[in-house]
Amino acid sequence: MDWLFFSEIGLAGLGSGGLYALTGLALVLIYKATRVVNMAIGELLMLGAYVFMGFSAITVLPLWVSIILAIILTGVCGGIIERTIIRPMLGESAISIFMVTIGLGSVLVGVVEIIWGAQPQRLVEFIPKDPIFIGEAYLSSKIGYAFLVAAIVLGTFLIIFRTWRGGIALRATAGDQGAAYSMGINVPKVFSSVWVIASMIAAGAGILVGSIGGISPNMGVYGLSVLVVVIVGGLDSLLGALVAGLLVGLIETYAGAYLGGEFKLLATFSLLVLVLVVRPYGLFGTHEIERL
Amino acid sequence: MRIGTVKENYIADAALFDTSVQKGWLVALLAGLVLLPFFAGQYASYLACLVLINIASTTGLNILTGFTGLVSLGQAAFMGVGAYTVAWLEMKAGTPFLLNLIIGGFAASFIGIIVGLPSLRVKGLYLAIATIAASVILHFVFANWTAVTGGVSGVTMPAASLFGYELVEPKQVYWIIMPVTVLMVFGAANIFRTRIGRAFIAIRDRDISAEVLGIRLLRYKLLSFALSSFYAGVAGGLWAYFFRVITPESFPLMMSIFFLAAVIVGGMGSILGGILGAIFMTMVPEVLKMMVGVLTPFWSDAIAVMSPVRIIVFGALIIFFLIFEPDGLAEIWRNIRRYFHLWPFKT
Repeated sequence: MDWLFFSEIGLAGLGSGGLYALTGLALVLIYKATRVVNMAIGELLMLGAYVFMGFSAITVLPLWVSIILAIILTGVCGGIIERTIIRPMLGESAISIFMVTIGLGSVLVGVVEIIWGAQPQRLVEFIPKDPIFIGEAYLSSKIGYAFLVAAIVLGTFLIIFRTWRGGIALRATAGDQGAAYSMGINVPKVFSSVWVIASMIAAGAGILVGSIGGISPNMGVYGLSVLVVVIVGGLDSLLGALVAGLLVGLIETYAGAYLGGEFKLLATFSLLVLVLVVRPYGLFGTHEIERL
Repeated sequence: MRIGTVKENYIADAALFDTSVQKGWLVALLAGLVLLPFFAGQYASYLACLVLINIASTTGLNILTGFTGLVSLGQAAFMGVGAYTVAWLEMKAGTPFLLNLIIGGFAASFIGIIVGLPSLRVKGLYLAIATIAASVILHFVFANWTAVTGGVSGVTMPAASLFGYELVEPKQVYWIIMPVTVLMVFGAANIFRTRIGRAFIAIRDRDISAEVLGIRLLRYKLLSFALSSFYAGVAGGLWAYFFRVITPESFPLMMSIFFLAAVIVGGMGSILGGILGAIFMTMVPEVLKMMVGVLTPFWSDAIAVMSPVRIIVFGALIIFFLIFEPDGLAEIWRNIRRYFHLWPFKT
């Protein structure tokens, strides 16, 4: 067995796993606060990447401004979506809201296709090109920097979540909405801000994913793998999203390298089935006990 | 106004069609279905076949999702199982098409039972995601089990034959599709007058209570999965006889979402809803196509915008119905009916 090749694949897997963990974080944030599984996360990611492409086409703007603008604009979209579509659905069954987000994803794909066309496109190159060597193992610079950014954002959020006032409000809302409300926490505001933040994270992840593999309206399929990540990790666990993101990234990349590209989805979804059979609530999720 | 419908016993109360007016409409509908191919053109009979296949599959999903409360996003994959089974039997075994359809249905329900096995432990969203996993894995099997499925390029199968006649044109295949679908829809409507169907509804309303009442959850949940995927399998078989080319891409995850959307738009837990939803969701893209035909002379980009607009309308319909009419088209239909039943009086 070629250990160098093995470790290089492993590094690439960890890199893409970092992006999964980042997008998983967005999904988990929304689920924790609002109990909504956002199936449109892949499409929000795509929207972010396309908006970035739109801004980067304006040559006057420096690249970093267009990144920030794209993230902010997608965040605004997330806020609008929450107010117009998700808010009226509060209190409906989980499945109805789940279906609403599927419909939302479909609408987003259509809108992007109307504005930017259906053919795949490439983003502007903005990540330094020299390859990174860790020991002897080679790592593509795009994946390396993407992992770095993902790690920084994830770390920041884990800290913010523990210490910042808004983070505590969010955790209180996640724990018990009614109790949080009566303690003076503005729950609707928490809902909105969670959607805005999650959409911004998704946009950032979308720009990174798009700069690695190019963008197309079908990018939303990425959301399926992210769904696997959060289910494996446990829907309401940030740590779970982190661990499962890396795990899924590794498994997917190894399956792709040793078995062939068509085995990627099969491997991740087999992992999903395995976890659902052994631990239905995910590796780190809370086990909800049902009562009559 | 509706008068003189006093029910004197339980059987009359549980009847599917309780008034002679309803029975009259039913006879008219069946007569219309029989006469349709004699008057419809090529395109209209093609559409009719497509709508009927979708009705069969949607009704199956409605048994599972609408009546038992188990959400599945694997309906298209189950259809694929039925379609490939039928194609294989038609080519390798050469058995009559009716037998093929039934075997296709049973093959799909076997897979459905396996997929449904986790349903006792996981439910709701987790189950929906488990069925997504099943459909991804089945898609992989379709694309890679080359000996049976022909791999990525798929299989092309011969036409069905009935008394020595080849059924090639949509107008001819209609004679298989229509009776099978009508039979299956009536079957589904009648299930819910029996113990099994009542058990399904009890499980939907609260599965723990149902278990306390003595309904064996695992058995009935699996039965619901089996029934629903049997419908999908037969619908897939009909689909195979209709298109006669089957590839792994014929049954994408999007198609499963389409069926779930049809159930929601039509109305969950209503047989009529499933039918209306399937008709509506199949016809909307066709109406859009016609609009493109009308618009093209004035606006040359109409065709280019067509495909994304179709996707937007699809998504917007799901959102619209879930927010404004969660009980779907069936509820709208009931309201219209109630209005006329009470007519000179206000509802």
